[in-house]
Amino acid sequence: MAYKTIIEDGIDILVVGAGLGGTGAAWEARFWGQDKTIVIAEKANIDRSGAVAQGLYAINCYMGTRWGENNPEDHVRYARIDLMGLVREDLLFDMARHVDSTVHQFEEWGLPIMKNPKTGRYLREGRWQIMIHGESYKPIVAEAAKKSADKVFNRICVTHLLMDESKPNRVAGAVGFNVRTGNYHVFKSKTVICGAGGASNIFKPRSTGEGAGRTWYAPWSSASAYGLMINAGAKMTQMENRIVLARFKDGYGPVGAYFLHLKTYTQNALGEEYESKWFPALQKMVGKEYLDPEASHLTHRPIPTCLRNHCIISEVAAGRGPIHMVTMQAFQDPHLEEVGWENFLGMTVGQAVLWAATDVDPKNENPELTTSEPYVMGSHATCSGAWCSGPEDVSPPDYFWGYNRMTTVEGLFGAGDAVGGTPHAFSSGSFTEGRLAAKAACKYIDDGKAEGLVVSDAQIERRRNEIYKPLEHYRIYRNAVVAGTVNPHYINPQQGLDRLQKLMDEYCGGYTVGYMTNEKLLNICLKKLKLMEEDLESVAAKDLHELLRAWELTHRHRAAECVTQHTLFRKETRWPGYYYRGDAMKVDDENWHVLTVSRRDPETGEYTMERAPCYHLVAEEEQTTSSHASGQKLPA
Amino acid sequence: MPTFVYMTRCDGCGHCVDICPSDIMHIDPTYRRAYNIEPNMCWECYSCVKACPQHAIDVRGYADFAPLGHSVRVDRDERKGTIAWRIRFRDGTEKNFLSPITTKPWGTAIPKLADVPAPSKEMRDSQLLYNEPKYIRLDEGGLRTLEDAGLKLQKGVYY
Repeated sequence: MAYKTIIEDGIDILVVGAGLGGTGAAWEARFWGQDKTIVIAEKANIDRSGAVAQGLYAINCYMGTRWGENNPEDHVRYARIDLMGLVREDLLFDMARHVDSTVHQFEEWGLPIMKNPKTGRYLREGRWQIMIHGESYKPIVAEAAKKSADKVFNRICVTHLLMDESKPNRVAGAVGFNVRTGNYHVFKSKTVICGAGGASNIFKPRSTGEGAGRTWYAPWSSASAYGLMINAGAKMTQMENRIVLARFKDGYGPVGAYFLHLKTYTQNALGEEYESKWFPALQKMVGKEYLDPEASHLTHRPIPTCLRNHCIISEVAAGRGPIHMVTMQAFQDPHLEEVGWENFLGMTVGQAVLWAATDVDPKNENPELTTSEPYVMGSHATCSGAWCSGPEDVSPPDYFWGYNRMTTVEGLFGAGDAVGGTPHAFSSGSFTEGRLAAKAACKYIDDGKAEGLVVSDAQIERRRNEIYKPLEHYRIYRNAVVAGTVNPHYINPQQGLDRLQKLMDEYCGGYTVGYMTNEKLLNICLKKLKLMEEDLESVAAKDLHELLRAWELTHRHRAAECVTQHTLFRKETRWPGYYYRGDAMKVDDENWHVLTVSRRDPETGEYTMERAPCYHLVAEEEQTTSSHASGQKLPA
Repeated sequence: MPTFVYMTRCDGCGHCVDICPSDIMHIDPTYRRAYNIEPNMCWECYSCVKACPQHAIDVRGYADFAPLGHSVRVDRDERKGTIAWRIRFRDGTEKNFLSPITTKPWGTAIPKLADVPAPSKEMRDSQLLYNEPKYIRLDEGGLRTLEDAGLKLQKGVYY
């Protein structure tokens, strides 16, 4: 094929994927590395790429320490209970203590943040959320990244990381292809900060046909964060912790502002409150430590999101669906009505389109809610991602190996969805993680850790051949049949995606099986994924666009395999409402109050699973007076 | 709500092709105008709709759940720093909304970090990021540590 090989050599910091994490990394890297070469490789256009492409109407992670609203440790406790106890508290504390400085910069850069007219403070939607007019959130942070980067390569689909050949387990850059020109791009770099996205579309979506694009997380979030890092041999954590979202039906419009700011609430088809009746049985499954409605009522301790999902799922299964969001009261107030609509227009326009199409005016009618298909990601209310080092002054030895946000592959850093254990980072926290990773990456270089990297021409050539194989395959075999998409020699990327979604849905706990799985099903799942991996060698792409889809599919497949391995390993039901292990229907703190960590051997494809200890923030003096905070030791 | 392009308005400039996060707005080789090549990978993010200088791109609700006869139109004005929306329901009801998109003229408020004074060794060795500690609380306060919080990280089962 006539595609050129274009080599960028001498890069210090390569940012792969410039959403909120990647733009934060590129921006901050320039301060710590004023003499360094900073390059961005992004598969779309950084002005509108990543999960924030269409904008946001809230920043969901802001402490407000300047007004004494919260401290970083308060946020850690919130994230901990929301995720049923299992998070990386060092990483979370670190993100939370820096995040306000990120948000204050955003405001200075022109991001319109709403103010409370009475107090002059940022307008709170909830305890952690502030409201913004964020249609141009992404263009604004992209501008910052462009001011810092030496070069921005848009429309480069990064397919693989390059590995150093002089020292094992050390990264040396990345490769990919330009989805417009088709050219092969090689980035030789001393460090790589992976800001690529989490995974939509690995489980069968509820929508069908044309509507399949209306996923909750962006359809271009192709699990590349995981595909790239797992294939490089990086350890991953909490990959089983997929998330299911309770959202407005079909459009998946956000509910945060509705619950928190508009004070809307849910009820079943009969107009009844339904949550509390499921609590006693649920408490038996998860224990009083994780579900204590009385304590929650008194202390405003949140009820974990997964448990609230469980109530919706159970109520619907009991025949009392649909669940409605009661909007008719709030929407009588014209100001709140405006907030409700602008909330959609600012971040999920499709929900507004759907209500316009179906004449749903929430002023006159309570819209339906539903639970989505599962997603795997690390920046919203869940924490799948790479096993990364924390900061020196916070992390215990088990969580520290020299450089903040560095994965277990030397020189490979993460931000946003790429980092495991840090839920509730959202947009501002992801940008902050990018900043932290950038500072650490500069230090790694200055400490001389990236000297003597060797990347042979053979490695570069091998990846090149792999990348174009789907085009080659199409060219060779398409004339074996008269016309059409049915061919005994290959499948196209959409056919592959359909297969992946169906098997993950049916065997790994998707929506059609009520989010249920077990050991037998998961083993079948792994077997089918293995067969699919063989077929991925026979994917055919008729053009560069399909080649992009073929590589997205490869990344999704690898992430799905890792999710299945983790789900099989954790023999308990830690997050009812996200998924159920039918053969272990309880929270089991005795055996599973740990973080699951996997490594896939890049040579053999074998997974090694381990349990890493879970560290919690506890008071210096062993005991605490706070009712739900740290320090209450589990009675043995 | 996949996008579609009006034949008579599109001039084939390619702004939508350049901006689409999903790589699904392409130029049709015969008509030399843009179209959505893969509606089932469209998030209806409106990036292309906002970027189109001819207002040639619109959205029609997903066929699998949205009835016909609606529209959500948008006008994003970078110069004024505003975005205007018009929602038209199937039954003819209209709603209009106007929001700011920035408070500063584009590209003027973000400093070039290559030109700011370089960080000291002390700062490099600290946990601080650019503009910290000042920007954390906008007062004299420092960066939060575990000691400040009276906390430590301990292995085990705690709630």
